[in-house]
Amino acid sequence: MVTPRLQAESLSVFRGDRLVLDRVGFTVASGGALLLLGPNGAGKSTLLRAVAGLKRLDGGRLLFDGSDEFLGKVAYLGHLDGIKPGLTPAENLSFAARISGRPVGPALEALALAPLAGLPARMLSAGQKRRLALARLCVSGAPLWLLDEPTLGVDAASVAAFGTILAGHRAAGGLVLAATHLPLPLPDATELRLG
Amino acid sequence: MKAFAALLAREIRLAARHGGDTFGALLFFFVAGALFPLAIGPSPQVLANTAPGIVWVCALLAALLPLDRLFGADFEDGSLDHLLLSGLPASLVALGKAVSHWLVTGVPLLVAAVPLAVMLHLPNALLPALLGGLLMGTAVLSLLGTACAAIVLGARRGGVLLPVLVLPLTTPVLIFGAAAVASEPRANLLLLGAYLAACLPLCPVAAGAALRGAID
Repeated sequence: MVTPRLQAESLSVFRGDRLVLDRVGFTVASGGALLLLGPNGAGKSTLLRAVAGLKRLDGGRLLFDGSDEFLGKVAYLGHLDGIKPGLTPAENLSFAARISGRPVGPALEALALAPLAGLPARMLSAGQKRRLALARLCVSGAPLWLLDEPTLGVDAASVAAFGTILAGHRAAGGLVLAATHLPLPLPDATELRLG
Repeated sequence: MKAFAALLAREIRLAARHGGDTFGALLFFFVAGALFPLAIGPSPQVLANTAPGIVWVCALLAALLPLDRLFGADFEDGSLDHLLLSGLPASLVALGKAVSHWLVTGVPLLVAAVPLAVMLHLPNALLPALLGGLLMGTAVLSLLGTACAAIVLGARRGGVLLPVLVLPLTTPVLIFGAAAVASEPRANLLLLGAYLAACLPLCPVAAGAALRGAID
């Protein structure tokens, strides 16, 4: 029996007066993946933000490796790409790279962004910006990846490339939590249905 | 420490790439300062007496200009989430923002204050007291401004709310800063330093809590 690295016990979150998450619990083992499914408004994004520590929990608890301190262990990809239009793709990743000490080049290479590395990000298409946001995950070096619709607007070849990245991350013991309505290359992921 | 340095590098690179924001504040400082002689008359004696006050008020208002976008841009494009997940506590993210605001806006204003003061006939002997006060005063402005910018983040019409929130808090800076030039530089500069010493730990903590609230 592998001990789970991520444990969530009866998570409850309110948004305004509405209880969006009602005692949700799950565990994810090393190298594991959890796919969040459910209709719009079911609380998938809220759950990801809560696990990231961006949204305050109104009940329940979260443990990662037995500790409730998540700072610096999480890479989050939300609906927004967090790309600065005035900076080049490489410069956009350099903040994450300086913190993790990982190189930017291979991440850009993996998502076929290397030819665009010298252009300001405002010249990129929506799908290319999304790929840049995916590349930031590789640079982050965080063990827990939280992905909210990660492949929205991304072409099939890049989804396949992202599948390779996800497989590499999990093979290295990383964890993935993803919310999506599109097919994601996450073999044998556990499914959690919300709403 | 490494993350803090990375944050500063990021902020300065962004400021360099969008130089218009910094330059805009400086230009505002000069133009606003140049309006006073037109309004109160060109008499060198009157100008010399009012110069410290003019420079201080213009610096205060110019430092307000970039505050609106200090967190606003990062909040809107999602980068604020990434900053807060970078491993730095929210209060240190806020401190990094305050330091970058000071480096990018406060220091250029400090330099630009010299020609403006000379233009307004401030006696050269009073320049050190003016600049000493501005050195600390601009730092206080950056700290208070960062805290208030974080507090109004996500509020509708935050841009209007921001000056109303910041300016009352900066009255001690204005009083001690302008008084340091007029009389008793030592005592007034020490009081200014005390205000800075209080703001340095309190503002980032308040700003950090406000940032957490804004993204919640």
